[in-house]
Amino acid sequence: MELFMAVTIGVLFAVGVYLMLSKSLLRIILGTSLLTHGVHLLLLTMSRLKTGAPPLLGEQADRYTDPLPHALILTSIVISFGVTSFFFVLAYKAYQKLGTDNMEELKGEDHE
Amino acid sequence: MNNFLVYPLLIPLFTAVLLIFFKERIAVQRGISAISALLNLAVACFLVYQVSSDGIQTLHMGGWIPPYGIVFTADMFAALLVLITAVVAAGCLFYAFGSIGEERERNYFYPFFYFLLAGVTGSFLTGDLFNLFVCFEVMLIASYALIVLGGTKRQLRETLKYILINIISSTLFVASVAYLYAAVGTLNMAHLSVRVAEVGQGGILTVIAILFLIVFSLKAGLFLFFWLPGSYSAPPAAVTALFGALLTKVGLYAIIRTFTLIFYHEPSATHTWISWMAAATMILGGFGAVAYNDIRRILNYNVVVSVGFIAFGLAAATRDSLDGVVFYLMHDMIAKALMYFLGGMVIAAAGTHRLQEMGGMIKRHPWMGWMFFVMALSLVGVPPLSGFIGKVLIVRGGLDAQMYLLASLGLASSLIVLYSMMKVFMQAFWGEEKLNPERPSVNLRGMAGAATGMFILMILLGLGSEWVYSFVSQAGNGLFRPELYIEAVLKGVG
Repeated sequence: MELFMAVTIGVLFAVGVYLMLSKSLLRIILGTSLLTHGVHLLLLTMSRLKTGAPPLLGEQADRYTDPLPHALILTSIVISFGVTSFFFVLAYKAYQKLGTDNMEELKGEDHE
Repeated sequence: MNNFLVYPLLIPLFTAVLLIFFKERIAVQRGISAISALLNLAVACFLVYQVSSDGIQTLHMGGWIPPYGIVFTADMFAALLVLITAVVAAGCLFYAFGSIGEERERNYFYPFFYFLLAGVTGSFLTGDLFNLFVCFEVMLIASYALIVLGGTKRQLRETLKYILINIISSTLFVASVAYLYAAVGTLNMAHLSVRVAEVGQGGILTVIAILFLIVFSLKAGLFLFFWLPGSYSAPPAAVTALFGALLTKVGLYAIIRTFTLIFYHEPSATHTWISWMAAATMILGGFGAVAYNDIRRILNYNVVVSVGFIAFGLAAATRDSLDGVVFYLMHDMIAKALMYFLGGMVIAAAGTHRLQEMGGMIKRHPWMGWMFFVMALSLVGVPPLSGFIGKVLIVRGGLDAQMYLLASLGLASSLIVLYSMMKVFMQAFWGEEKLNPERPSVNLRGMAGAATGMFILMILLGLGSEWVYSFVSQAGNGLFRPELYIEAVLKGVG
């Protein structure tokens, strides 16, 4: 199971990096969110995907899954959600003001 | 257990929240933030005093014993950095009063300022790796807002790049935390250090260490500084001073902490990497500092050079060089803030950031000119000034560790810094007046006050280095002997 997840995460990383290397700003933002998906899955996978009850004491199970990564992922999700929404608004503002979404045209000093 | 430890984090956080409610009342905002800055300074002083008299202070959040809960730890190194952060922040705040403009003040400049401060102090004090990530994000999100606040074309363009780089590095940070958690199963730094020592720092852990190095280097501008010169030339001077003095130094702090506390077992692998990166940073940063005729770029590349120099001190990892790292870091935070203050004043007075269009400003602004001159000498490390002791200790440590090439590079980089700063000084202040005489003169008084205060502190840090050294030596000792930190955090725990 871990192997399968590892391959999936690898694909997510690869696609994310590919998108981030493109010229269009929206693709770049999509790339960052794929990358964060990949890293959250990585966090989950890295705590071993053994079977066990969800970490609720009411379940009265013999074994529970590791609760720590869930807390970490939850934290990381809201942070990246905040950052992504800021990034989207910034991209929108930049498009309004600079009139392009092509990163190649956002180089140099001539854009003042 | 010492509840006092959380105040350097709580005061800025509380101030920031409070300031949100006074959007339109600028006088109130200024009053609250000034009081809070002074309060913060007093608290930080007291924290340093406590650590120096009673040793390393810890606070278990919510009464959970480490490694189960989050622990806040202040050893001397962290306490000193918190103090310098408070000093720099107060300076930047008063500088901002005189320079930032009502438009920005009305749009939550001060709340963002204090959120950034909360993130920075949190990063210095935390003893938990994931909490460090969270504090990093607090700091970074506030910095995104500060860098784009004002919304000029240049700011929008550079913020896009700045955010992208930081999203990538934060994502990598989470990935490295995931790997480390899988390898050793804990996130508390002291406990991590124990576990890493137990299992031995094999191949996997060294790889993770390098991954951390890459992440923190992206933040600190160590070799991976390609984003820095552009991003730091976008916002106004008060903000750049804050960034140049604090943000890169938080990255450096994280590098120093991880590689003295957790991953110190395999220096032939990790520390060699650090030393190569330090060498490349000094060389490339030096090229940048020499190449440009734009004041902002020259100052930005000077930040890069000093990051390389501090990393060299870490790579040498002798007792002397670690003392030097602490001292130089303190000096550098103050001097870099002052450098951006003066740079901002020069740009404001001249109305341009191109060196060719300046000249002869010493006649109108003699005080500013001589402050700039002395500050440049201090950056280079001319003896009575504050840059000297740190540089001597780092170079001596480097020679003890037989890193002759790096030591000579470090000294050469001082010359480059001298050259680039003198270029600014001579072109801007000497020669004939090139400025348009009909240009209305700018009011520099507010900015000059803050710069003078910072200038006096920098001089005192140099003259009083004997007195400061007793604190620095305690901090260096803590870095050199990680078992002190571990014992303080995990004492009484099975």
